Amino acid sequence: MSTPAATYDLGKLYGGLRLPAEKTVSTSLEIQRIPVPDQLVLPLAQHVGEPAHPVVGIGEYVLKGQLLAEPYGSLSAPVHASSSGKVVAIEPWPVSRRFGENAPCIVIECDGDDTPVAPSEDMAPYNSLPPNALLKRILQGGIVGLGGAVFPTGQKLMQATTMPLEYLILNGVECEPYISCDDMLMREQAAEVLGGAQILMHALALDACYVVVESDKPDAIMAIGEALAELGDERIVLKQVPTIYPSGGEDQLVQLVTNREVPSGGLPTDVGCVVQNVGTSAAIYRWICEGEPLISRVTTVTGPGVRSPMNVMARIGTTIADVVSFAGGYNEEAEQLIIGGPMCGKSVTTDRVPLVKATNCVLVLTEKPVYGNEQPCIRCGECALVCPIQLLPQQLYWYACADNESKLRTYGLTDCIECGCCDLVCPSHIPLTSDFRNAKARFQELADEKARAERARLRFESRNERIANEQQQRERELDEQKAAAKKAGPSAIDEILNRRKNKQQDKDDE
Amino acid sequence: MQFERRDAPFISPTSDVGSIMRHVLYALIPAALAYVWFFGPGFVLNLIIAGIFSVLGEATMLHLRGKPVDSTLADYSALVTAVLLAFAMPALTPWWVTATAALFGIVFAKHLYGGLGYNLFNPAMAGYVMALVAFPMHMNLWTAPRMGDIDYQLLTFAETAQFTFTGTFPDYLSFDAISRATPLDVVKAGLNNMQTFDELRAYPIMGDFGGRGWEWIGNFIAIGGFWLLLKKIIRWQIPLGVLAGILIPSGLMYFLVPGVNPSPGFHLFTGGTILCAFFIATDPVSAATSNKGRLFYGFGIGFLIYAIREWGSYADGVAFAVLLMNMAVPAIDYVTRPRIVGHVKTQNGERR
Repeated sequence: MSTPAATYDLGKLYGGLRLPAEKTVSTSLEIQRIPVPDQLVLPLAQHVGEPAHPVVGIGEYVLKGQLLAEPYGSLSAPVHASSSGKVVAIEPWPVSRRFGENAPCIVIECDGDDTPVAPSEDMAPYNSLPPNALLKRILQGGIVGLGGAVFPTGQKLMQATTMPLEYLILNGVECEPYISCDDMLMREQAAEVLGGAQILMHALALDACYVVVESDKPDAIMAIGEALAELGDERIVLKQVPTIYPSGGEDQLVQLVTNREVPSGGLPTDVGCVVQNVGTSAAIYRWICEGEPLISRVTTVTGPGVRSPMNVMARIGTTIADVVSFAGGYNEEAEQLIIGGPMCGKSVTTDRVPLVKATNCVLVLTEKPVYGNEQPCIRCGECALVCPIQLLPQQLYWYACADNESKLRTYGLTDCIECGCCDLVCPSHIPLTSDFRNAKARFQELADEKARAERARLRFESRNERIANEQQQRERELDEQKAAAKKAGPSAIDEILNRRKNKQQDKDDE
Repeated sequence: MQFERRDAPFISPTSDVGSIMRHVLYALIPAALAYVWFFGPGFVLNLIIAGIFSVLGEATMLHLRGKPVDSTLADYSALVTAVLLAFAMPALTPWWVTATAALFGIVFAKHLYGGLGYNLFNPAMAGYVMALVAFPMHMNLWTAPRMGDIDYQLLTFAETAQFTFTGTFPDYLSFDAISRATPLDVVKAGLNNMQTFDELRAYPIMGDFGGRGWEWIGNFIAIGGFWLLLKKIIRWQIPLGVLAGILIPSGLMYFLVPGVNPSPGFHLFTGGTILCAFFIATDPVSAATSNKGRLFYGFGIGFLIYAIREWGSYADGVAFAVLLMNMAVPAIDYVTRPRIVGHVKTQNGERR
């Protein structure tokens, strides 16, 4: 079968690292489906924005695909039941986005029947819908960016439609070591991925789409190529990019593919691009064409601490403990549990946390973290060589230690994408990324404090103004009364005094 | 199951400061052997004295500053300072001069600025310049190099040790018999005496390019330097900058005003040029930190070496050039910041 030639593109990515991929350990098996667990834990906040609001009560019986919580506030996304069963609790539960601390979750005791809700009444083909209606539908599917950022896809697309657009970019560049879920998804569900791309192009009124895959995924490239040949959609082009971490970052990918830099503080839409993860694209396809909201995802369970590393198709809400035990459980050396990859993932303190929409990888490492061997910076500059943003981490570190806010701004702290490259090359073993993260948090605190102070100042000023106004008003009224009284003559004044006296007496009587 | 919490990334760094410094030490072994071969065992004594006093100074200062002594000594940075100092000192130097230089470098130039990573000045060069300014009479005792076909006299270890520790020679040796001007001194004095460079070059001590012995030591230093480049311990910007900084002006002068100016080859292979390019200027702590900045920094050092040799009163200018450019580092770093991705460079600095 002929496959379209994959191409390298000419955009430039600065710095970056070639990391040991460690991916083949988890790609020897096909994607394994985890059966319905006894219990599902569904956090209300599986997206960047405000938590969704539950619309079911405790004790209620819910069906697979039923809406459990609806979006509330900005950048929120709905949550659906991943299987049928009874809602037994809505309570705080450890979650991965808070490193194993608690956050509100809906807990479902599954009945194991996996009974789905009745299919939606209107399953009109997507291209018969106007783009606006399509975007609204995507919003309702609980679909968020599955690459890890979990930005609600509907909102992202709506924002995008306000900008002049040129390219849809499907991100199949899974550049972090160990993670292979997008690779496996592209191998096994290439048609869904491309179907999602067509829906997205229709919704955004775009006619150019790049599916971008890293060169170390030949099977995925082959699968996409074949599906593309079958589909015969000439608007979609497969692109191959070199395997360099962090080329899969949204802005970095835009830079690589289109040779355009996303302006600092801006979005890819500022340079005419919309980036979607291949998994998100497949989820959109399943929702729009098959009516299944986002209730399951492919996740890589891997690492030297797992007995049989593999990719699983798991229901959202399955606890990590269940996921790991499906993959053979931990071995004796398991030391560190990470949700996400080894570069940007989050370590969690307990495996009671559920698998959520953001969970692209469950990584169990055997190395014990080494603390306290940090040495002084010798300014070797290796960090600057690998920084994909061309920052000078050695200088930022210096200013972060000195808490020098204005210098940190000049040297672009807020542009740091926290990819972790600088940590890996630092001979002094300084946890640079962690330091920058903390410095950014301090920035945020400062900004919050400033905002609070500003609000307080405004309140104080408006109070003063109000008091002054009232004072003026009173004086004006008094003057008017005085003037009126003068005009009316002495008898009138007596009358007024009498009236006042009577009023006073009435008051006293009461 | 319960786990510990830790911040990303979870992959451990591969290099460490100690191994970088060890690589620098290994890279100087061929040059050290060549030095001893050409100039006798004085280098070994200098190295031992500088080493002992550097490490002692480092340990004392760490102790006084309440820092961990053992783990910090294991970064080998004090030894690197000692070795560079030993390379810079004349082969015959009274022990107390070397000791003072080492202690000054470590205590004043390094630890009083906050220790490794915080020192503005290169400690070895600061120590060397201190000795050069404070004890000028004791800093020019160069012996003749091993020359093969002509008259020279290499000292034995015992003779060197006697001079180093007591300041006297055995009765059968006179200072005049063994001391020689360095090629740089010969050229400086000769050109001042209206001799042409070509006449001076005919002296046997001048060797092929940079002086008998010197040029070979230079070659061996360069081998170590290339090995460091290959190992990515140092990057090419500073060495290239230094060499360009010295070759461009010397080349221009040599070809534009022939006869009265030493050749670029002489400048390259004599004195401390190559040691400076690969081992001294590349000390990351006291160097500029961005790639572009490092080119400027290196070029500045190279040009200053040339300027001091050409117009200054000292024969060589490596140490002064390095210290002067050390002072310029904060400014260089500030003006050579790379453009941050997503920002647009404007005339008044960066804007997004």
